Amino acid sequence: MLGKTAGGLYWMFRFLERSENTARLIEAGFRIALTRSRDSDSEWKSVVTTAGVRAGYDAKYDTYTAQHVVDYLLRDTSNPSSVMCAIENARTNARMVRTALTTEVWEAVNENWMAMKAALKKPIPETDLPALLGEIRRHSALVRGALHGTMLRNDAYDFAQIGTALERADNTARIIDVKYYTLLPSASFIGSAMDNVQWETILRSVSAHRSFRWLNANEMTSSGIAEFVILDSRFPRSLYFASRTIRANLGYLEKDYGATMPCHALIDQQVTKMRQHTIASIFEGGLHQFIGDFLRSNNAIGAQIQLDYRFDG
Amino acid sequence: MKSKTNHFDEMLLATDGVRDPYNKYQRWFSNEDPSRLAKKSKEAEAFFRRTGITFNVYGQEAAQERLIPFDLIPRIISNREWTKLSKGIEQRVRAINMFLHDIYNRQEILRAGIIPIDLIAKNDAFLPQMMGFTPPGNVYTHIVGTDIVRTGEDDFFVLEDNARTPSGVSYMLENRETMLQMFPELFSQNKVQPVSDYPKNLRRSLAACAPVNCSDDCTVAILTPGIHNSAYFEHSFLADQMGVELVEGHDLKVIDGHIAMRTTQGYQVIDVLYRRVDDDYLDPLNFRPESMLGVPGIMDVYRAGNITIANAPGTGIADDKAIYSYMPDIVEFYTGEKPILKNVQTFRCSEPDTLKYVLENLAELVVKEVHGSGGYGMLVGPAASKAEVAEFAEKLKQNPGNYIAQPTLSLSTVPIFKKKGLAPRHVDLRPFVLVSPGGIDITPGGLTRVALKEGSLVVNSSQGGGTKDTWVLED
Amino acid sequence: MKLKISHTTKYTYDAPVLYGLQQVRLIPASDRHQTVLNWKVDVIGGDEELTFFDQYRNKCMLIKAHDGATEMELTVSGDIETRSSDGIYGMVYGAAPLWHFVQATERTRAGPGIQALSKLITNTAGSLEELHRLSAAILAATPYIQTATTVATTAEDALSAGGGVCQDHAQIFIATLRCAGIPARYVSGYLMMDDRIDQDASHAWAEAHVDGLGWVAFDVSNGISPDERYVRLATGRDSKDAAPVSGMTLGNALETMHVSLQVQQ
Repeated sequence: MLGKTAGGLYWMFRFLERSENTARLIEAGFRIALTRSRDSDSEWKSVVTTAGVRAGYDAKYDTYTAQHVVDYLLRDTSNPSSVMCAIENARTNARMVRTALTTEVWEAVNENWMAMKAALKKPIPETDLPALLGEIRRHSALVRGALHGTMLRNDAYDFAQIGTALERADNTARIIDVKYYTLLPSASFIGSAMDNVQWETILRSVSAHRSFRWLNANEMTSSGIAEFVILDSRFPRSLYFASRTIRANLGYLEKDYGATMPCHALIDQQVTKMRQHTIASIFEGGLHQFIGDFLRSNNAIGAQIQLDYRFDG
Repeated sequence: MKSKTNHFDEMLLATDGVRDPYNKYQRWFSNEDPSRLAKKSKEAEAFFRRTGITFNVYGQEAAQERLIPFDLIPRIISNREWTKLSKGIEQRVRAINMFLHDIYNRQEILRAGIIPIDLIAKNDAFLPQMMGFTPPGNVYTHIVGTDIVRTGEDDFFVLEDNARTPSGVSYMLENRETMLQMFPELFSQNKVQPVSDYPKNLRRSLAACAPVNCSDDCTVAILTPGIHNSAYFEHSFLADQMGVELVEGHDLKVIDGHIAMRTTQGYQVIDVLYRRVDDDYLDPLNFRPESMLGVPGIMDVYRAGNITIANAPGTGIADDKAIYSYMPDIVEFYTGEKPILKNVQTFRCSEPDTLKYVLENLAELVVKEVHGSGGYGMLVGPAASKAEVAEFAEKLKQNPGNYIAQPTLSLSTVPIFKKKGLAPRHVDLRPFVLVSPGGIDITPGGLTRVALKEGSLVVNSSQGGGTKDTWVLED
Repeated sequence: MKLKISHTTKYTYDAPVLYGLQQVRLIPASDRHQTVLNWKVDVIGGDEELTFFDQYRNKCMLIKAHDGATEMELTVSGDIETRSSDGIYGMVYGAAPLWHFVQATERTRAGPGIQALSKLITNTAGSLEELHRLSAAILAATPYIQTATTVATTAEDALSAGGGVCQDHAQIFIATLRCAGIPARYVSGYLMMDDRIDQDASHAWAEAHVDGLGWVAFDVSNGISPDERYVRLATGRDSKDAAPVSGMTLGNALETMHVSLQVQQ
């Protein structure tokens, strides 16, 4: 496989995942705005921060209103992380690697792009927002479904999976990073309304509010949530789960190609480190520190994979 | 049903009825409900858009992709017609390859005074770097797409030879796939010669032209300028169908005297490169230094005998519009045979007397740029307004050597499907030809392009033309 | 005359080179003017990728810099036996026809200056007397000035600049002859200057096609036809075609080149 093709697959799935994650962030922000309009400005601000587009947003707008934030995150083509840009980038990469995709995957990506290009042509009125966000997630799921259902389990599939998992880990870590203070045991007043809302936002941002409640009944604690989104081995958007996915797929590549690369050592370290931690030891060492380390390690793994598999020469 | 046009219609007779090859189709068609066909037509469009069978349009908003409209009435050619046509094309392609070898080596045709030296010497399409070099297998044009037009029952003309990098073959294949899916019953009623072997044949044909020192397991790849190229869909389609890698310039490097592509596991040597990048941009070390699309040093690797480039650089000299007028002589010089296919009468505006004639008759003529393509920069006299003709006359006077003129041919028509019924539209035909040391292979049929505007003679997709499935019957 | 030559081209890059190729025309061929007794090419910091013959039958070599190289050194050396042939190279033709050498190139396109000069040529079959007169006229119009031109200067521009080096003289000569309809070509090579071993640079001159004689060489810069102190390396339509080295590098590295050349008996 061409190095460029591996890179195209990796980025295609990173961008697809990003489009979905951004939609989820908007969804969580929107919900808070609806239920607690008093805090909505600061909530929208943290949404923009989590999406990693503060500088671009601030250059364009002075205030954090729902209308501006939603538009910037959904449609703004000057924002490279906007849903439209991410979907456009995913499709551009898909066109580039089309020979490595099944017809089903290609068509799903192409239809996603066509649907979003039409849907995001004009600003989205608030009333249409929930349906649209659902549509974005549905299209993303269709692509994933086509990937799982039709692609050979070969290197192309591995690079697609690695891209998805890396982006997912990055996204979850950034959500925790922005709101880490609300998860600190010292900052929490058990049962306070503020924290419940913040915790719920975190869970909603990673589509975990229902699964978490289902697993933990009504027991909502900061450390329980932190443990769930960081260390849970069942939850597909936890840092641990995503890291294990990366390791598994890098492992297949290792076996397929008969070559161990520097990225293998990095991912092993990351997974081992997480396995040695409990949520208590993470709090003890500092949650902020831990998440910072994780983001750096995750980025380093991504960069190393690009190098090891010659994405760009 | 009968023809409502003064031109030769390939389906409908001027009297009631259809021409022979359309007999069975007509029986089927007359039993069809037009609204069902209209629905099918919409389905086909949705299918093309979903699968991304599009082309990019230059000069328009970036990333704008357009569909080439597909018309569901097939263009049907009888086996007898095809036999003559394919013999003529084969003869012409054979002559072109002999011409190319000659023009880059001994130049006997110039010595014999058949072509004026200046036509070659002052021609930008003549590539000095090819002088004295013979490509592997002595094949210059591995892939040719000869443009044919028809004016009557037995009157076929070659309009252009397209010996550089002809495109459109993916539409030939996809059009057939679409027809098979939409109207399977038609293919059990009519014995249509298949086209689907083309990608397999292309790969085999290219592999047969590999450098001599290449191992049995020959690696073929397609070089594309990238996803923004107008024919990118076709490049990726062909790579996919042939099962070869689709590479760009920056995927390639010179390694141990060969061109190799960067893979996830290191560099892998390429033996045959089907390039869809023009000569000028192919090698920044040897041609345009600013080209970002090319592969530096590939001409050196080529001349060292370590890679096959298809088509060979410099083949443009054979399909140059100024050379075109000499094609009958070229065919006769190299094959010793009379040309089977006719050439369109061509006026070379570089000659003062001819220029005078052309200027006086501009409103009746088609004038083309010598190096132009895609229907850009041309004048169709009868369809142009007085002002357009006058404006073009000025351009022509400024640089007569840049133009040739041809009489406006009465191109044949084939009906297209409209909700109100059938409507005659002008067509051309581009059969696809593969050349290898083993011989010349022509896929039965080709791409039929159709001008969708009533009366229009411009069939180019970039100018609003559409396409049809093209059938060659077996009987 | 037996000449001993050693010619080193050293490239220094201010940043590691990601990918660098040099196309080299530094391999002389044996012909009626010279016999190559021995010749070798040494590369430090790079590898020889391949050799091939170009359209003028020059033997070329493609050299690739080692990945991440910050310098590359290319040395060609050997012994050449030369013969005096009164500058006549003769009726030796390759794949390139004579008409090819009448076509102007970018660097030899005639402007008003060249067109005026071409009035000196009345005999399009080539008259040695006229050609020598043209050669002298060019040197008078563009005396040897190293700083007047660069490697990419065209013949017309060099003529307007009123000075130039051997490359410019050769190209002005060529452009003028082509303008008058006489085939002419560019020759790159070495010249042993009598008073020194270390030469400033490699040399260049021109060849005109004279009916009945074939190719005849003229060294405009020195006002003579080349003798046995000259070694032919490569020919072409102009300095670009016959360039001893032409290269390209990827990355942001700035290249500086240093040449040392010894030619001695």
